Amino acid sequence: MASGFELDAELRLPLDESPVTVLFGPSGSGKTTLLRLLAGLDRPDDGAIRFRDGTWYDGGRGICLPPQQRRAVFLFQDCALFPHLTVAANVEYAARRETARRLMGVFGLAELADRFPRELSGGQQQRVAVARALAAEPALLLLDEPLSSLDAAARARIRQDLRRMLLSGGVPSIVVTHDRMEAVALGDWMAVMVGGRIRQAGPVQDVFRHPADAQVAESVGVENVLPAQIVSHHSGLLTVEVGTAQLQCVDSGETGPVVACIRAEDVALTRDSPQDSSVRNRLPGRVLSVIPEGPLARVEMDCGVPLVAVITAQSVDELQLKPGDDVCAVVKTTAVHLTAAPYFSRQRT
Amino acid sequence: MDWQAIWLSVRLAVSTTVILLAVGMPLAYWLAFSPHRWKFLVEAVVALPLVLPPTVLGFYVLLAIGPRSPVGALYGRLTGGMLPFSFQGLLVASVLYSLPFTVQPVAAAFAAVDRKLVEASWCLGVSRMATFRRVIVPLALPGIATGAILSFAHTMGEFGVVLMVGGNIAGVTRTVSISIYDQVQGLNYAAAAETSLFLVAVSFTVLALTYALQRRVWAIWPMS
Repeated sequence: MASGFELDAELRLPLDESPVTVLFGPSGSGKTTLLRLLAGLDRPDDGAIRFRDGTWYDGGRGICLPPQQRRAVFLFQDCALFPHLTVAANVEYAARRETARRLMGVFGLAELADRFPRELSGGQQQRVAVARALAAEPALLLLDEPLSSLDAAARARIRQDLRRMLLSGGVPSIVVTHDRMEAVALGDWMAVMVGGRIRQAGPVQDVFRHPADAQVAESVGVENVLPAQIVSHHSGLLTVEVGTAQLQCVDSGETGPVVACIRAEDVALTRDSPQDSSVRNRLPGRVLSVIPEGPLARVEMDCGVPLVAVITAQSVDELQLKPGDDVCAVVKTTAVHLTAAPYFSRQRT
Repeated sequence: MDWQAIWLSVRLAVSTTVILLAVGMPLAYWLAFSPHRWKFLVEAVVALPLVLPPTVLGFYVLLAIGPRSPVGALYGRLTGGMLPFSFQGLLVASVLYSLPFTVQPVAAAFAAVDRKLVEASWCLGVSRMATFRRVIVPLALPGIATGAILSFAHTMGEFGVVLMVGGNIAGVTRTVSISIYDQVQGLNYAAAAETSLFLVAVSFTVLALTYALQRRVWAIWPMS
C-alpha cells in the first residue's frame, strides 16, 4: 500500500452461522484498513476478497468491484449522517420508502423523523445510522468502532441495543473494536488482529479463554501473561514454574518455553493460606496497589512475578486490603492457560 | 445611460456564468478529488487568468478563434460566421477569463465536504453521479453560489479582454466598460459618470446579496 502499511490478512468467516463477527485488535493493527478494503473504499495490492458466491476483488484477474456493487454498507465511527437531510431523509436515502418507514418504526425513530442529525444525541445518531444502513438492504454490514464516539455511560446502554439491531436486520456484520467488553457483548465470532495480521479466529469465548499466543492474550485483555517453565507432567496435569512459585494447569500439549495466561477476574485473594480447599494454586505475595474501578477493584501484587487480580470492592473492604499487606493469590487450575512463548512459537512448528 | 451596453453586459455575464457552472463544476470535482500527481499543472493553468494581463489572454484567444485557426475554421464551416468581434467570440473569452473565479471557490467547497459522507453514500449503493448531486452539491452550495456570483460580477466589469477580442461594435460587443471608455474618450463625462455609478451600484448589490445569502445558507446547514 502507498502508506507503507503492511496488511496481510487471511481469514474465512462463517457469516451465516455467526451473525456478528468482531474484528479485534489494538489501535494501529490494521482493523479499519481491512474493513475499508472489504467495503471497496481502498484497494488492496493483491489477494482476493470473496463474498458468498461472488468475487469482490481478485488481484490476479484484475477484478475490483466498486463499493456500490458490493452492497457492504460501512458505518463510520461518527455515523456520517448527511447533515443537510432530516432523519427520515437519511434513512430513506438509499431505500424504498416502505422499508425505511418500517425500520424507523422498529428503531423508535418515528418521532425524530423531522429532526436534523445535529439535533440528535450520540445514541440516536447511532440508531439512525444503523437504520439507514439496513434500509439499503445490504449484503454485509461493516461497523468501525461503532460505540467509540459515545460517552462511557451511553456505551454500556447502547451496546445491547446495537446487538439487537444488528440481529434484527438479518444481515451478517463485521464489527471493528479494541474494547473487549464490546467484543463480548456484540460478537459471536471473533478474529484477533495484531500488527496487520489475523492471529486467531474463533467463537468469542474460545478466543478469550484460549488465546493462541502471548500477543493475542495481551491484546484480548488477559491481564496476567507470565513467562513460565514446564517442570513436570503427571496424570494430565502440568506443573509450571512462574517466578518462584509453582502453578498447576491442564496439560494442553505445550512443550518448551511457555507463558501462563490468567485473567485478572480468575484470581481470588485470601489473607491466610487455605489448606483444605480444592484450589491447588496458591501464590503468596504482597499488595502493591489497590485501584477502585466502580463496583470492582484492581489489585496489583508482587508474587515473585507481577500479578493482577480484579475482585469486588466489597471483598477489598472485608479483607481490608492496602498496599504492603501480605496476601495469598489463589487461582483455579482450569483458569491457567498455557500458550507458546511468542519468540519461540515459530521454531516449534 | 447606454442601456444597450448594459443589456449586452448582463447577457454576457449571465451566459458566461451558466457556461462556467456547467464546465467548472466537473473541473472543480476533478481538482478536488483526483489523486492525479500532475493535478497541480491544471490548477496553475486554471489560475493563469488571475495574473495574466487581459491583453495577453485576449491576444491568445484572438489567435485561437481566428478564421485561420482550427477552432475558428470549424466554427466558420458550422455556422458560416466568425468568432472574433462577435458576441460568441466574446463569450469564449469571458469564460476563459473568469474560469478561476468559478473553479476555485467551487473546488474549495467540494474539498471541504466530509469525505466520509461521500463514502457512506457510495457504500449505500448510490452512484458517483447521484452522490455528487445529492450530497456534494447541496453541502457545497455556498461555495457554488460564491463562484457563480463572482463570475457574474467579474464579467460585468470586464474590459481588456473585450477590447482585444470583441472590439467596440454597438449591440454586439460594446459592453458597459467599453461604453464608459468610449464616453470618456469623447469627453462625455456626464454619461460616463452615470454609467459608472450604475456599474458600481450593481456590483455592490450583487456582492452584498452574496454575503447575505451565504450567511443564511450557513445557518441552515452548519457543517458540524
